[in-house]
Amino acid sequence: MPALAFALLAGLLFGTGIALSGMINPAKVLNFFDVAGTWDPSLAVVMGGALVVTAVGYRLVMRRPAPVFDVRFHLPTRRQIDVPLVAGASILGIGWGIAGFCPGGSVPAVGLLEPDAFVFVASMVAGIAFSRFALQPGAQTLEPRKTTS
Amino acid sequence: MTEFTPWMSLVGGMFIGLSAVTLMALHGRIAGLSHILAGAVLPSQSLRGWRIAFLVGAVAAPLALSSVPGVTIPFSSATPLPWLIFGGVLVGIGVQLGSGCTSGHGVCGLARFSTRSVVATLCFMATTAATVFVVRHVFGGF
Repeated sequence: MPALAFALLAGLLFGTGIALSGMINPAKVLNFFDVAGTWDPSLAVVMGGALVVTAVGYRLVMRRPAPVFDVRFHLPTRRQIDVPLVAGASILGIGWGIAGFCPGGSVPAVGLLEPDAFVFVASMVAGIAFSRFALQPGAQTLEPRKTTS
Repeated sequence: MTEFTPWMSLVGGMFIGLSAVTLMALHGRIAGLSHILAGAVLPSQSLRGWRIAFLVGAVAAPLALSSVPGVTIPFSSATPLPWLIFGGVLVGIGVQLGSGCTSGHGVCGLARFSTRSVVATLCFMATTAATVFVVRHVFGGF
């Protein structure tokens, strides 16, 4: 199962990155946004490092006709800036600001066996399920919606 | 109070980028944690295996790192339980409506120069900053 092994490797890289960067720590994440208080600019450096590697890497990877273990690249195709995008991202930010966890930070934090991470991840999954099945009953699968993330 | 850690954060960020590039090169997928998680645990018609494998890795790495003698991974969460649950539900609703999160829009989307991801990232950065300001400086913090 090389495909699964490499997905595991990608996950290990992700978890290592979140842990080393400090983004596993809600206090550090929140301090980035607290310019008027205990400001910690680390998150900007994390995003900068991740963006440069991803932008260059994606450019190289996209020269190939297809990924190694699939017949095509699964990329979002929607282009329009609509109300759900702006409203959803804004709601995400309010939750992130309250809890200090975002999806990418909270999943690796489960590996630290921190109870708060378990509570947050469970609540987030409940929110996704509520949104998907109650607010957007037509959107029950991921692929046809062509999401970014 | 947390210290500015430019080098560790830069290296950590580059690992996050390597993860995104690896997943795209091999599986052709965006490394967006919210949708990998949702696709793994909620009913859907899409493939589960690679998502579960990715999540196992994402959880196992900090678990392994923190069990190395002498290594401590700083963690501090001050949000009271009801607010933590409320914040989690809001994040869940937000990523579903907005088609992505900090990793999907903020890293993978921006790296593809996606206009939707630029708009989403500006929106959530702004509302997060506003929320932190209100929580800490209007209400005096948790």
